[in-house]
Amino acid sequence: MMVDGVEDEEKWLAAGIAGLQQNAFYMHRALDSNNLRDALKYSAQMLSELRTSKLSPQKYYQLYMRAFDELRKLEMFFKEETRRGCSIIDLYELVQHAGNILPRLYLLCTVGSVYIKSKEAPAKDVLKDLVEMCRGIQHPVRGLFLRSYLSQISRDKLPDIGSEYEGDADTVNDAMEFVLQNFTEMNKLWVRMQHQGPAREKDKREKERSELRDLVGKNLHVLSQIEGVDLDMYKETVLPRVLEQVVNCKDEIAQCYLMDCIIQVFPDEYHLQTLEILLGAFPQLQPSVDIKTVLSRLMERLSNYFLQVEAFSKLNNAIGKVIEAQADMPILGAVTLYSSLLTFTLHVHPDRLDYADQVLGACVKKLSGEGKLEDNRATKQIVALLSAPLDKYNDIVTVLKLSNYPSVMEYVDSETNKVMAMVIIQSIMKNNTQISTADKVGALFELIKGLIRDLDGAAHDQVDEDDFKEEQNSVARLIQMLQNDDTEEMFKIICTVRKHILTGGPKRLPFTVPPLVFSSLKLVRQLQGPEENPFGEEGSTTPKKVFQLLNQTIETLYGVPAPELALRLYLQCAEAANDSDLEPVAYEFFTQAYILYEEEISDSRAQVTAIHLIIGTLQRMHVFGVENRDTLTHKATGYSAKLLKKPDQCRAVYACSHLFWVDDQDNMKDGERVLLCLKRALRIANAAQQMSNATRGSTGSVTLFVEILNKYLYFFEKGNTQINAAAIQSLIELITAEMQSESNSPDPAADAFFASTLRYIQFQKQKGGAVGEKYEPIKV
Amino acid sequence: MNYLIGAFKPACNISITFADGKNRKQVPLKKENGQTIMVPLFQSQENISGKISIEPVLGKKVEHNGVKIELLGQIVRELDVPGEIYERKTYPFEFSTVEMPYETYNGVNVRLRYVLKVTVSRGYGGSVVEYQDFVVRNYTPPPSINNSIKMEVGIEDCLHIEFEYNKSKYHLKDVIIGKIYFLLVRIKIKNMDLEIRRRESTGSGANTHVETETLAKFELMDGAPVRGESIPIRLFLSPYELTPTHRNINNKFSVKYYLNLVLVDEEDRRIVTVMRTTAVGKDLSLR
Repeated sequence: MMVDGVEDEEKWLAAGIAGLQQNAFYMHRALDSNNLRDALKYSAQMLSELRTSKLSPQKYYQLYMRAFDELRKLEMFFKEETRRGCSIIDLYELVQHAGNILPRLYLLCTVGSVYIKSKEAPAKDVLKDLVEMCRGIQHPVRGLFLRSYLSQISRDKLPDIGSEYEGDADTVNDAMEFVLQNFTEMNKLWVRMQHQGPAREKDKREKERSELRDLVGKNLHVLSQIEGVDLDMYKETVLPRVLEQVVNCKDEIAQCYLMDCIIQVFPDEYHLQTLEILLGAFPQLQPSVDIKTVLSRLMERLSNYFLQVEAFSKLNNAIGKVIEAQADMPILGAVTLYSSLLTFTLHVHPDRLDYADQVLGACVKKLSGEGKLEDNRATKQIVALLSAPLDKYNDIVTVLKLSNYPSVMEYVDSETNKVMAMVIIQSIMKNNTQISTADKVGALFELIKGLIRDLDGAAHDQVDEDDFKEEQNSVARLIQMLQNDDTEEMFKIICTVRKHILTGGPKRLPFTVPPLVFSSLKLVRQLQGPEENPFGEEGSTTPKKVFQLLNQTIETLYGVPAPELALRLYLQCAEAANDSDLEPVAYEFFTQAYILYEEEISDSRAQVTAIHLIIGTLQRMHVFGVENRDTLTHKATGYSAKLLKKPDQCRAVYACSHLFWVDDQDNMKDGERVLLCLKRALRIANAAQQMSNATRGSTGSVTLFVEILNKYLYFFEKGNTQINAAAIQSLIELITAEMQSESNSPDPAADAFFASTLRYIQFQKQKGGAVGEKYEPIKV
Repeated sequence: MNYLIGAFKPACNISITFADGKNRKQVPLKKENGQTIMVPLFQSQENISGKISIEPVLGKKVEHNGVKIELLGQIVRELDVPGEIYERKTYPFEFSTVEMPYETYNGVNVRLRYVLKVTVSRGYGGSVVEYQDFVVRNYTPPPSINNSIKMEVGIEDCLHIEFEYNKSKYHLKDVIIGKIYFLLVRIKIKNMDLEIRRRESTGSGANTHVETETLAKFELMDGAPVRGESIPIRLFLSPYELTPTHRNINNKFSVKYYLNLVLVDEEDRRIVTVMRTTAVGKDLSLR
């Protein structure tokens, strides 16, 4: 169907061109033989081809351009005719004898052009007559092209100031009137195009219509080129008249295009002087007009112009009026207006935060009548609006000075609040913004509360898990960014953050508590630094106070529950307390960790991980006195021996051996208890082998034995006298025997492990010196 | 053969010349056979004078019972008593201040002619007759009252227009200037033409015969206007073959002119408003 239509159109165009060319041929013959009568006859026939209704505007244009070229020749001929003595006035009448109106008017315009050049009548009279007569064409496409022809031939003949066609007084007025009238009529025809033909082809027609818009816009360009149209005339006549037409045509496409056209073709200083008139038209436009795009084009233009103090208040007032006048304006429109105004303000008056705040305030006022935004596009605009100051200042601290900023955030849904919060955090990250006071931090966290806690009614189960993690990780990064060298203030910041994150609920705490803990531990280290106040002022921040806070903070993880995480954090704190030489505090943290281990961590694998963490941490603690240390060590060893799986037991127990042997502390070298641990580990390994043999019919791998052997070697080298060469020798033999036993199932990894251990012993033996001597007795 | 041809030839040639033939304005006149010839133009109260020459063929003598000239339907002048003409003989003639109130008219069913007829009456062999047409046009002063015509017409809820012609009476080289305002448009108009129609009625009473011709069809508007549009009219009358309006000439015929405004809609339906141009239009109708 569509294809047929296009093909038919091609055919019609071809036929039109053929008819036009044929008549043009006869016309040329008549021109060559100076036969005026025939020239008129054939030119009229040629122009009759333009009477077609079958072509789309695009195809019609092709036909028109051919006719246009021919008319240039005819115009030359008319000019020569007048030189040969034919009266131009007669000629002007003669062409009006043509029976068909379209050819008649094309001929009239052509002769009219010669008429004006002849100066036998004032240009303004001829132009007025032409533009009036053209009313006879009411068909939109044909009328548009005819008037476009009129515009074309008259462009260089307007009675402008300084033009050779300038007449008596007020001649510029005539030029302007002529162009304005032609513009008005063309716009009316253009708008009317949409009603031509069946409703179902409306989209296609609107597309075609858009292609013709420049024919209409050209008139505005001509207006802007008229020398005599100065600011006064523009303000008093041109702009009001053009706007009147734009408003009255009540057509979305035309209004969008023409408003933009006005903005683009006339000079900036004109816009600045007529802002109120121009902006006053906006409320009268169709509600569907995308005012924002148009307005932002205007603001863009103006903001490129040198800074104008007046511009802001004018724009602000005008926009206020626009929004007030269009009560049923969709909120999207209002927000877009504010958004573009804000962009403009930020660009032109970066130093005037109060201006930006005014805009936000006005926006809040508008939003307050609407409730939460539902419209997707409107919320997008809000995000744009809120992002603008961030993009401008690259500094949330500046933005936080905008008192209405958080109020705007109030009106977006939680989803948008999150989006915006992410934008803010990213801005902080990108710009490495220092937010160094508790007040600012408080304001910031209030701003991004969409991430900090569940906002009312937000259905959490709809949230994508990955998105949630991403968001919470961002919050965690943000917490790490907060830094102030002043420890007092830093402590306040931590308290503020803590207050906010504690509202986050069990899903968020595992993400937000760790960074806060580490941030606090950083503060603890700061407090130990050289700036520490040795006099310990009353009420000032001390490590002890921080640790108290930490204890309370970590406790919140109980409710999550996240015992493993809490245990890790306790151990971290214990280590920090160790560094601060606060034994009771460290002991308390350990106690908490042990309680968690005993009461909350029941999964055997988690237990294994936890016990190794405990052992590792405890090994490094030096703050404890003998008693406390014994208690803790004893407990840890006890936990190790109670693990569920034998291999786990074995490994935990031999790890405990390190608790009795700390290299750099001489008072912590208890060789005997080390040996006890290792022996106990061996016993457990043996038991594991037997158990395996009993249940599976084959012994497990020898890995455990090799691991224990390595522990032996370690302590042997460290000088633990309880570990001697003979013990090592017998362990090697035990392993060798195990490997050769029939029930042993082969394990290449264990074999390799054992082989390289033996190789190590060999290597140490060959080293010579004290080490070689020590290893000498061991035979491999 | 020559003898035979000679036998049917008239015995003499008659030629009619007008006294001021060289200076008098000549106008084209369409004859019944369709040919157009140039004939002199007179108006009422003028003297119609000239000479008649009668020349016998090749020296033969022409016997006759008298020579007369008639201004047909009106006046007869005896030019010669019965006698013989041996050689070329010239008779002057003159009809002084002839009343010619009617103008020459060439219509479909009726012609109003002015003819000079010269008859050489002969007893045998038949009379020799010669005709000379001339055209009469009377110049009337411009009408003292020539109002513009303004009228609103319409079809209810469908189309309302108001049109305006600058005059109600036009001369033959005049220009019709006017405007059409569309007050209400609910139909899709394709175009609008202005037609000049001539209505010629002949006979009277029951035998009246009416003939209507369209003399001009002039496109005023292309496309569909919307409410509030005004369309200019400017029609030059000179290219068209118009005659003055004739009212009941000698109880024989009348010729009237009408301006028809024809609106054609997209389904090619015609809406016509008729306007008699010479009278202050009362009989406007829409059908």
